[in-house]
Amino acid sequence: MNLAIRDIRHSLPRFLLTAIGIGMLLMIVMGMSGIYRGLIEDALLLVDKIGADLWIVQHNTRGPFAEISRIPLKTEDRLCAVPGVKSARAFVSHTIQRERNGKPLRIVVQGLSWPEDKGEWIPITNGRCLSAGHFEMIADQSLGFNLGDQLPLGKNIYTIVGLTRGMVGQGGDGLAFFSLRDAIAIQFDTSGEAIRLERDARRSRAIQQDIGNTQPELLNRAASQNIPALAGPMVSAVIIRTEQGADIDKVAETISGWKDVSVHTADNQKSLLLKGSVDKARRQIGLFRALLVIISAIIMSLILYTLTLDKIHDIAMLKLIGARNSLILGLILQQAIILGGLGYILAFYLGKWIFPLFPRRVIVTGNDLVWLAVIVLAISVLSSLLGIWKAMSVQPNEVL
Amino acid sequence: MIENIHECAIEASNISKIYGSGNTEVKAMLNVSFTIAKGEVVGLLGPSGAGKSTLLTAIGLINPPTSGQIRIGKDLVMDGPLAMVDVRKFRRKHIGYVFQKANLIPFLTALENVQIALEINDVHHKDARIRAMELLKYLGVGDRKDNLPHMLSGGQQQRVAVARALANKPSLILADEPTAALDSFRGRQVMELFQKVAHEQGAGVLVVTHDHRSLDVFDRTFEMEDGTLMLKS
Repeated sequence: MNLAIRDIRHSLPRFLLTAIGIGMLLMIVMGMSGIYRGLIEDALLLVDKIGADLWIVQHNTRGPFAEISRIPLKTEDRLCAVPGVKSARAFVSHTIQRERNGKPLRIVVQGLSWPEDKGEWIPITNGRCLSAGHFEMIADQSLGFNLGDQLPLGKNIYTIVGLTRGMVGQGGDGLAFFSLRDAIAIQFDTSGEAIRLERDARRSRAIQQDIGNTQPELLNRAASQNIPALAGPMVSAVIIRTEQGADIDKVAETISGWKDVSVHTADNQKSLLLKGSVDKARRQIGLFRALLVIISAIIMSLILYTLTLDKIHDIAMLKLIGARNSLILGLILQQAIILGGLGYILAFYLGKWIFPLFPRRVIVTGNDLVWLAVIVLAISVLSSLLGIWKAMSVQPNEVL
Repeated sequence: MIENIHECAIEASNISKIYGSGNTEVKAMLNVSFTIAKGEVVGLLGPSGAGKSTLLTAIGLINPPTSGQIRIGKDLVMDGPLAMVDVRKFRRKHIGYVFQKANLIPFLTALENVQIALEINDVHHKDARIRAMELLKYLGVGDRKDNLPHMLSGGQQQRVAVARALANKPSLILADEPTAALDSFRGRQVMELFQKVAHEQGAGVLVVTHDHRSLDVFDRTFEMEDGTLMLKS
């Protein structure tokens, strides 16, 4: 006769409420694990999708995912000439914040080397790739755009021609892909007044120099529209793909000899991401998850101890009529495992319902579910020990 | 009717129970000796604090005596405070208990409360169910087999408790004021039940009671006072 099932059946509403409580607690543990996994996935998403073999970044920097990196756009042409390089394209990535419908809108702007790169590699769920060098954009659904929507950025208006799903940056903000020139234009958008002030400043600087006095034409040119007010375009990095069969290390070694850039492999970039900006958040969530597991174990212990206390008289009676310890131990242990198991199932289905509503991706993998199941089983067994200890110490004469 | 009345269900020899030591010593029971034959119903009377429950828990292998010997059937089970057998196993097989309160397991039905006592004693699930049902019918509560304890009246609960005590055909039944929570009619019914069980199943029955209206049910009556036992009738 299974006493655990009969006891649960007898106090079913109370047991179910307890299981719901445990389930919600386990859902949070599951969620923390999912947030942790989502953080890593989001951080690595772009590096994975781009599929570059080498990242060429500003000299002595770790690249755009770790710190600011600026290299001239022309580096792209120099790299194309390196033996073993199949293609080189500029990488521009920066985050902008605008306001839309009264709410802040954060966009991770990505530049595509039009016309070589029209964004065919991007997993577009609706719409198409870029078909023009200017004023088109592909946006992630998390940004809230629809196909055909128009977004003014700087001096231009961009039309959404394609939509993606789940393409976010390491901060969880949606990605938007533009042609490289548009991405740079958005990044370095400067007002007319700023340009005029810069020209005046150049003229005043020229007046104070000997060359300005000996070459008066320079003063005229400094203020004219013929000299651009700002420097030439800079990009965050240049990513290259090597030819099939080419030795990546050898190509990297050749480029490393250049004094103005640094070279990183794709794995190196991932490692920098995980050990850099994501690392603290990752460790924080990991510690919080560990704390939640401990708290769950303590709460389950107290619940099971209370459930055992409620049955002390019955346990004493069972001992009096000669029940073996294994029967009593089984009663408590089975209830602990049923409670943990039920809580786990509830956590899974509650999570399935609630996690998609979270602002950032919560990714619960099969592997994580198996681990959590093992942890729940361990918690259930450990937390029943207190109740078992209490039950074992009950004397049959407590019936009297 | 009583085929084996001269065979001992229990024999207690000079059993004493002393709590504490020195100035705090309390002699709860002193050199108590008696026997109960199989099929015999014995009453144990006495005021509160006389040592009745101490005697009952000692011979029921719940609370060991300080000294003396206890034999149940042919087995020496207690020699002083030392258990000569696995007491829990011995209780399971040879002793049935009935208390003032029925002490039924609240989450088991009447049938299951009897069945569990049999399953604890390694009786197969199906056989246990059949035997439990027979006992409930025998005690007149067969129609309440699927009721949980809180759905039964006090008398019905006590009958189920008696059925549980009888489940493993014990050689000794110990009852501690089994009628205290019942009205006189129900109390009388329970007492007659013990008599019936003792005579029909050959078990020795010791009933601790304050209820003098049931004295005629007992084959012998002992009285206990200040830890000593005297034969009253």
